[in-house]
Amino acid sequence: METSIWRALLYLVGIMAFAGLNAAYLGWCERKGAARIQRRIGPCEAGYAGLLQPLADGLKLMSKQLLVPDGVDGIIFRVAPVLAMIPAITSMVVIPFSENIGARAMELSVLLLFALASISMIAILLGGWASGNKYAVISAARSVSQNLAYEIPMLITVITVVLISGSLNLREIAIDQQGGFWHWNIFRLENGHFLTMWISFIIFFICSVAETNRAPFDMAEAESELVAGFMTEYGSMGFGLFMMGEYLNIVVGACLTATLFLGGWDCPFGKTPGVWWFLIKIYILIFTFIWIRWTYPRTQIYRLLNLSWKILIPFSLINLLITAALIKVF
Amino acid sequence: MQALVCQPTAAPALFSAEGAVGVIFLLTVALVVTGALIAVNANRLVRAVAGLAVCFTGLAGVYYFLLSPFLAMMQMLIYVGAVSILIAFGIMMATPEEQQTTGMKHRSILAGPLAFSVGALIFAALTVLGLKTQWQVFPRQGAFDIKAVGMSLLTTHSLVFELISIVLLMAIIGALVLAQRGRN
Repeated sequence: METSIWRALLYLVGIMAFAGLNAAYLGWCERKGAARIQRRIGPCEAGYAGLLQPLADGLKLMSKQLLVPDGVDGIIFRVAPVLAMIPAITSMVVIPFSENIGARAMELSVLLLFALASISMIAILLGGWASGNKYAVISAARSVSQNLAYEIPMLITVITVVLISGSLNLREIAIDQQGGFWHWNIFRLENGHFLTMWISFIIFFICSVAETNRAPFDMAEAESELVAGFMTEYGSMGFGLFMMGEYLNIVVGACLTATLFLGGWDCPFGKTPGVWWFLIKIYILIFTFIWIRWTYPRTQIYRLLNLSWKILIPFSLINLLITAALIKVF
Repeated sequence: MQALVCQPTAAPALFSAEGAVGVIFLLTVALVVTGALIAVNANRLVRAVAGLAVCFTGLAGVYYFLLSPFLAMMQMLIYVGAVSILIAFGIMMATPEEQQTTGMKHRSILAGPLAFSVGALIFAALTVLGLKTQWQVFPRQGAFDIKAVGMSLLTTHSLVFELISIVLLMAIIGALVLAQRGRN
């Protein structure tokens, strides 16, 4: 069964469907959430509570002309949105949704996720540059310096988790945390890891908000300063693919956070572990992403970089040292 | 997974598992060659960097075929994720757009043939070396283990490890010196 072609096809279709549904309906969730936070109603015309809105948006985007403006770098301009979308879907291959649901339980899956994340960084860089627009180039430069800065503390905090679990395999990291919330990496009782791991969790979460270019760190797409950043020149489905890529990156970030720190598919009380707990966890995390976006104003680029280089990196290094010491001492 | 010791035999059928693997291998090699050609022949610097990134991605695929997934991931993470992006970043930050060309248009006539012959020589030498050497086949030691990589890095290959740290130290000092000079 492990190598059957049907299994591969099933996972292919399943992951595509999961990715597509999330990309479409997170847009709706975001608009509804934003509306509630700002005391508005949000989409309400298309279908019950605006539930058909993503469908309408998708049809509209797909029926519009794929406009390629004069003076852009044609090939790179067309390739960039696709490059933004592919790594996000590919990452889902290694995510363990539950004990028995997961396309590939690969060794090194944590590394694979970060390797793929670097491709979406290239997509933003190339998309911004190929547009030949000053705002887009500024946005690409900002977004790359931001992503590089936040990748370092993120990787360092991931090392703490890897040290504790002794594996780079997401599935094994999740299995290692089974049996109630006191086994989860964030509250882990053994070896006194609960002393430092919540700091790791906070650093990791801040970094994943920054890595997905979400407010308050959406320097790349600062509407009030840079029109729409690297997406300024994109219309129709080119823009659509960038948006879907952004939402899928949020989903992947939430899945990674849930697996690394919150026990994956484990039930908090150790009773009924399963895929539903995983989904509950990731949607709570995604809601937090939306909540943060519509609650905090945008920061400035130098503050953003200072936060990473002067606060997060030193803290994550100290955290790593303490975690290693705790493992060695106990 | 016994690809390490395979002797050239009859080509497998296209629609078997081995055939599919072979096609994928050819695709990765094509990726490397295409990326390299783009990197060398592109007129705009950013395109050349994009070609370089494609070439690195293909190389990661080749490492994966050589049963070294760790190296493949590191290739993606470091060369695609950091090196190419830093080069592109440097180009975008440092030079105005009119100068962002590779200077391919006004080069000497000799440059192409000369570069080609040097490349062909190196390729021929490596091919001869690869075919003449009696390769010692190391058996694969169990499943992939990150622990084994760490252990060998700190025991058998500790010199490399120390050298890496010296290189990093020099890089940091160099960056500090450059930044200080820029400030004055």
